[in-house]
Amino acid sequence: MGMFEEFIGDLVALAPGLRNAAQLAATTIALAYPLGLLLGVLLDNRVRLVRIATLVVVELGRGMPLLVILYLVYRGLPEVGVRLDAMPSAIIAFTWSIGAYSADMFRSSIHAIPPGQREAAIASGLNARDTLRFILLPQAARIAIPPLMNLAIITFQLTSLAYAITLPEIMHAAYLRGSVTFRYLDTFVVAAVLYAVVAIPAALLVRRLERRLSRHLA
Amino acid sequence: MFEYFGYIALGVLGTVGVTFGALAIGTVVGMPLAWLRRSRHAIVRMPAVAVIEVLRGVPNLVWLFLVFFGLPQIGIRLDPWSSAILTLGVASAAHIAEIYRGGLAGLSRGQWEASDALGLSRMDRRRLIVLPQMQRVIVPTMATYAIGLLKDSALASTIGVVELTFRGGVVTQRTGDGLTTFLVVGVVYLLLSLPLALAARRVDSRMRAKFSVG
Repeated sequence: MGMFEEFIGDLVALAPGLRNAAQLAATTIALAYPLGLLLGVLLDNRVRLVRIATLVVVELGRGMPLLVILYLVYRGLPEVGVRLDAMPSAIIAFTWSIGAYSADMFRSSIHAIPPGQREAAIASGLNARDTLRFILLPQAARIAIPPLMNLAIITFQLTSLAYAITLPEIMHAAYLRGSVTFRYLDTFVVAAVLYAVVAIPAALLVRRLERRLSRHLA
Repeated sequence: MFEYFGYIALGVLGTVGVTFGALAIGTVVGMPLAWLRRSRHAIVRMPAVAVIEVLRGVPNLVWLFLVFFGLPQIGIRLDPWSSAILTLGVASAAHIAEIYRGGLAGLSRGQWEASDALGLSRMDRRRLIVLPQMQRVIVPTMATYAIGLLKDSALASTIGVVELTFRGGVVTQRTGDGLTTFLVVGVVYLLLSLPLALAARRVDSRMRAKFSVG
C-alpha cells in the first residue's frame, strides 16, 4: 500500500473521532459560556455567601486539571449512584472547567469598562439590572470576544483529553488504528494534522479580529 | 481512604518534577525561539513562526502520544518520564517564546535609542536596560503560565508517569471511591498552584503601583 493510500486510510479511520470531538467542543461552548457569564456576574454579587459559593465553583473549575475533573465525573459520580456515559461525563466536566475560565474573562471584561460608565448609568436613573444589561454587558462583550474565541479553540484542542475516559474522539480513534496497523507514528501525525488544520487558521483569524477590534484604541 | 493519603501525597514529587523539568526546558528553548521570531529577515523569522504555530496548534496530549507511542516506530524509545518532561518542555517553549516576545514588545524603541545615545554596549544594554524592564512584564505572565503547566503535567499520567493523577487512578481502582480520591487530588493541585498565583498577583500589584499612570 502506498503512502498516500495509508494517509487516506488513516483520515477515514479518524473522521468519526473528529465528529465526536467537534460535537463535544460545540456542546461545551454552548453550555459553558452562558454559565460563565452567570458565574462572572455572581462573583460581584452583593450577598457575601453567593460570592463565596461562586468563587469556590470557579476556583475548583479553574484550579483542578481538566483530566482530574473528567475522572471525578466519570469514575467518581458512580460512587453516589450517578453512572454516566463517556459523552455526558465529558460534557459536564468540560462545561465546569471552561465555564469557570470564561467566568473570569466575563468578570474582568466588565471590570475593564471605565467606572464612569456605571456612574453615568446610575446617575441617569437606571437600576442595577438595567445598568448591567444595557450599559455594561454590551461593552464587556466587545472586550471579551477575542479571549472567548481563543478559549473556544483551546476547548477543541482539549477534547483530546476525553480519550482518557474512552470517548471515541480523535486520539481514541488514532490509538485503535495504531494498534491494528502498528504505524503509531504515522497515525498520530495524521491526528496532529487534524487538530492543527482547525486550530492554527482559527487562531490566526482571532488575532486578526483582535487587531481590528482594538484599532480605535491605538 | 485515609491510609492512601500518603501514597497520593507522594505524587506531588512527580507532578512538581515534571512541571519544573518542562518549565526549565521551556524557558531555555523559548529564548532562541523568541529571538528568531523577532528577526528582521523573513527567512529566519518564518521558520520560527511556523515552529511556534505548529507547537501551539497541536494539543499537548497528541505530542505526548507522538513521542511515547510514535517514535519507537523509528527506533527512538524514551521512558515515560523523559517523554513527558521533554514533550511538555518543548511544547511550552513555543508559549514561553511568545511571552518573551510580549515582554520585548512592551518596551518602547526609545529605550534602545537612549541606550545607544548613552554609549552603552550591546551587553550592557541587554543587562541594564532591556532585561530588568522585561522582567516586570514577564514574571506575572510566566507565573500564570506555570500554573497552566502544573495542570498540564497531569497528562503525563496517560503514558504511565506515576504522579498525582496516576496515583489517584490507582487508589480509585483499589477503593472504588473515585469521588473523594479525585477531589483530594484536585485540591492538591489547587494548593500547589497557590504560591505561583500569589507570586503573580504580588508582582502584578507592585508593578501597578510603580506604573500607576493610565
